[in-house]
Amino acid sequence: MSTQHVAPPSAILRHAVLLITGALILIPFVWMVSLSIKPPGEIFRASFSFWPAQFYGVENYNKALTSSPLPRYMLNGLFVCATILSLQVAVCAPAAYALAKLNFPGRNLLFALVLIALLLPHEVLALPLFILGYKVGILNTYAALIFPYVVSPFGIFLFRQFFKTIPDDVVHAAKLDGFSELAIVWRIMVPMALPAIIAFGIFSVVSHWNSLFWPLIAVRDQDLMPPPLGIMAFKNEEAGNDYGPLMAATTVVVLPLIIAFLLAQRWFVEGLTSGATK
Amino acid sequence: MAGITIEKIEKTFGATTVLRDVSLDIADGEFLTLLGPSGCGKSTLLRILAGLEVQTGGSVAIGDRVVDGVRPKLRDVAMVFQSYALYPHMTVQENMSVPLRMRRLSNWQRLPLIGRFLPGSKAVAAEIENEVMRTAKALGIGHLLGRKPGQLSGGQRQRVAVGRAMVRQAAVFLMDEPLSNLDAKLRVQMRAEIKELHKRLGVTFVYVTHDQSEAMTMSDRVAVMLDGELLQVAPPQEIYADPDDRRVAEFIGSPKINILDAKMHENGLASMAGTAFAVRAPIARGSSLSIGIRPEAFHLVDSHGVNILTGAVRLVEHMGSDLFVHLDVPGGDHPVVARLLAERAPQISSGQTLHLGVKPERLLLFAADGKRIRPHGQLGATVVRMKERLQ
Ligand SMILES: Nc1ncnc2c1ncn2[C@@H]1O[C@H](COP(=O)(O)OP(=O)(O)OP(=O)(O)O)[C@@H](O)[C@H]1O
Ligand SMILES: [Mg+2]
Repeated sequence: MSTQHVAPPSAILRHAVLLITGALILIPFVWMVSLSIKPPGEIFRASFSFWPAQFYGVENYNKALTSSPLPRYMLNGLFVCATILSLQVAVCAPAAYALAKLNFPGRNLLFALVLIALLLPHEVLALPLFILGYKVGILNTYAALIFPYVVSPFGIFLFRQFFKTIPDDVVHAAKLDGFSELAIVWRIMVPMALPAIIAFGIFSVVSHWNSLFWPLIAVRDQDLMPPPLGIMAFKNEEAGNDYGPLMAATTVVVLPLIIAFLLAQRWFVEGLTSGATK
Repeated sequence: MAGITIEKIEKTFGATTVLRDVSLDIADGEFLTLLGPSGCGKSTLLRILAGLEVQTGGSVAIGDRVVDGVRPKLRDVAMVFQSYALYPHMTVQENMSVPLRMRRLSNWQRLPLIGRFLPGSKAVAAEIENEVMRTAKALGIGHLLGRKPGQLSGGQRQRVAVGRAMVRQAAVFLMDEPLSNLDAKLRVQMRAEIKELHKRLGVTFVYVTHDQSEAMTMSDRVAVMLDGELLQVAPPQEIYADPDDRRVAEFIGSPKINILDAKMHENGLASMAGTAFAVRAPIARGSSLSIGIRPEAFHLVDSHGVNILTGAVRLVEHMGSDLFVHLDVPGGDHPVVARLLAERAPQISSGQTLHLGVKPERLLLFAADGKRIRPHGQLGATVVRMKERLQ
């Protein structure tokens, strides 16, 4: 009856573009999952089908989990990511509060330094960090995996921008109520900035869970390796060209991220700062 | 219980001066209103009193204690913020108990989870809960304790903000335009409630507003502030009837006071808008001055003469019991507005010529610099009071 129900051509185009982009990003993952349940013979067939003729998933996943220390890699990853994230928040939140809400000489200069640090790719620092790690004597330990990431310029920047949006009056009220500056950070600012902190947490965990470059430099011991490095070692030593178990291992490695992301999604939707002011 | 002594406060932000030479004595238990247009520095002064902002110069004493450099927490002041500033992640109950928890529980006792089991904390927590409950009930928000600020209406949030300040039982209560975002009806109701609260608590209130009807109805004294300066501090009636400065006269009163340019002639007569006015004040011949006439100072007369403005009616506004008559007078850029009782002036229509008389004592004379010129021998009420106090 009315034209409202018929999508205009521009909307159709927009959705088509979105769908194609989404598909392009998803295809490698689908392929990965598909390969992880196929027997070796089917992997290099010319014709593609998602579902294998012969289900080989149990064998592949079994081999992935038993013939390599995959669970160990995962635990390493969990420990390293959790430690990095907690330390990052512990450092970034007070720093960002100072940059956003306190007045002191040199504040703008410090913030400019944060912005410069934001522009530097981490790889540029790999060599100096390696030498520093060597001098301090922490190479080939968990500390080597963690310490370069403890101060996150991105985290400071993100938190500062978010804290800026919290009205000064709230900080003033907290001071009158008797909170110390640190208590204001942890009891007022951080809870109010929870969406930003969760968003940052996802970025941080994803990038450190997936990080390969620095762990490759920092640790040699298999017991310390995070998942991607472990899989690389596994590929070289055990699996060779045995892609089934390799893909099973990658699937296992990616899975926790996907689950965590889906769980955290609801926090983005929820508005947590409403109601502070009139 | 504490009065406040503000002495020569200055505040600058970079190159801009926000407060200049503000001095003010507020008596213990007084309801003082800071009245001024937006941006004149009211909130800044209030923040300096609370210790949230550091003054560039001058000093503040609360009670007998000079509090410069004393942290906000230790000043014994409670404040209701212009934007309420509630903690959005806490319930109403938590919002209101925070100031008490921060004062009565030790750091250890405030720890989440463990704190509850430390000796003594249970009793204190129960006491705090009772007090919060009592205050909330008194404010009519007892049923909202479990909600978060985001789930409240503007008026309810305002009450929570007042409640959070009230539970503290501080000696000084600072309120920064708490009613500015409420609808007209609620505002009138809350005005009465705040006045009632002041009576009940008996503590010193400093109330900030840009709304003159709030200032006039609630306060013991009004401090009129403009561009960072205190122009006059006096009881509401006096601010209205006996302003010290042209800007005060113009700021207070609705409709606005009529200000007309006049020139002084011999034998006590000033010419203004084509008429002569008898002026009993020590003003040199030939000097120019401004004369202020409140709209309700006019009365209808039959013919032209001394102390009588004559002009053509431009517009008549019927306001029920009153009429607002806009009159074009010779030499004025704006029409003169007169407020007449409706029953005394039944048939006025636009275009008609009207004669409006003013009693000489209702003329407010201002010098070219805006200062009030008082008639011979008469002192301003503020000066009189100060003299009485000195004797
Ligand atoms: N931190 C600051 N830095 C620079 N200027 C400021 C700062 N805080 C306030 N000002 C300026 O000081 C002046 C007074 O501000 P203030 O908030 O005290 O006004 P106000 O009288 O409370 O106005 P309103 O009725 O709009 O709340 C304004 O011109 C404002 O721009
Ligand atoms: Mg203000």
